[in-house]
Amino acid sequence: MKIYGVAILAGCFLIGHILGDFLGHVLNMNGNLGGVGFAMLLLILLNDYFKKQHILKPETESGMLFWSSMYIPVVVAMSASQNVKAALSGGWVALLVGVFATAACFLLVPLVIKYAKSKTQH
Amino acid sequence: MNDLVAILDKNGLVFAFMLVGIIMYLSYVVSKRLTNHKIPGAAIAISVGLILAYFGGEKGLASVPAFSGLAFLGGAMMRDFAIVSTAMGASFSEIKKTGLIGLFCLVIGTVLAFFIGGGIAYAMGYTDAKSFATIGGGACTFIVGPITGGAVGASSEVIAISIAIGVIKSVIVTISTPFLAKRMGIDNPQSAMIFGGIVGSTSGVSAGLAATDLKLVPYGALTATFHTAMGCLLCPSILYFIVNFFIH
Repeated sequence: MKIYGVAILAGCFLIGHILGDFLGHVLNMNGNLGGVGFAMLLLILLNDYFKKQHILKPETESGMLFWSSMYIPVVVAMSASQNVKAALSGGWVALLVGVFATAACFLLVPLVIKYAKSKTQH
Repeated sequence: MNDLVAILDKNGLVFAFMLVGIIMYLSYVVSKRLTNHKIPGAAIAISVGLILAYFGGEKGLASVPAFSGLAFLGGAMMRDFAIVSTAMGASFSEIKKTGLIGLFCLVIGTVLAFFIGGGIAYAMGYTDAKSFATIGGGACTFIVGPITGGAVGASSEVIAISIAIGVIKSVIVTISTPFLAKRMGIDNPQSAMIFGGIVGSTSGVSAGLAATDLKLVPYGALTATFHTAMGCLLCPSILYFIVNFFIH
């Protein structure tokens, strides 16, 4: 049943949040630190294990895939509920950071690819 | 009229589903007809969301009574839940093939974007550690920014900026990838994984690679997914910790 998949997803989500919350307490900072990242790693490992054991039914998987297809719509709703008026006062920051951060990444990519290719050739 | 507002407000989440569906549909039509898929429908839809939010208040469009459901659909719980589910598209054994270099890309890509983004923000007057980390997170992807902001307790204004940064990055990546792919040496699965790992921006990378070479899409999208996880893991924790140590 699809709900099994949703339940597995919810379990990973909650365990990740508990871990993130725990890390927040340990490092003496308010809030949840990396809970989403932990949850994702957990789901990746679990999904990998399920695939190896061939115990993940397509129906169960579709319960999880539904939510991953809701990713962009949720982000659209999120952006529609932000304080954009206030953000526009810092509009140049957004544009400059966006352009420079992307450019820096693009400059780094060919260097790493060159290194990786030289390594595989030897 | 008041009755209609009352009904929409009472069933806020359901109305939000419909509203977002309509926004998505129109955005994908615009993407196809007017830009020939050059600008991805997702990027247009997110921009439309931000534009609509401008007409609202502190909670964007969700401040307007009938639209309150948007705040729930786009709230922290639903957002994190949907993000976690995207990890379904990634497999641990696949990334192991790229090995240590893949992991290196994820870390270096996140750290590079984080400090360039945060550094520019710092130079432009956002001198507190929370804003530095949130804007730095936004320079990774439009997911990492708000998650970092939520974790460290940044203001809604800064979170909105971080989303805008992520959207700008996604648009730039989508449009420029097909033109720059050859020059960057992206021509096989491994180089696509390196590209996705460093750049992040899942929607930008997958749309950009789709316009370059359809076969490379899953590889780039795979590491880009990991990039978001790495950003969510590092930005509100270790990286925020480092920034918090130097500036207060």
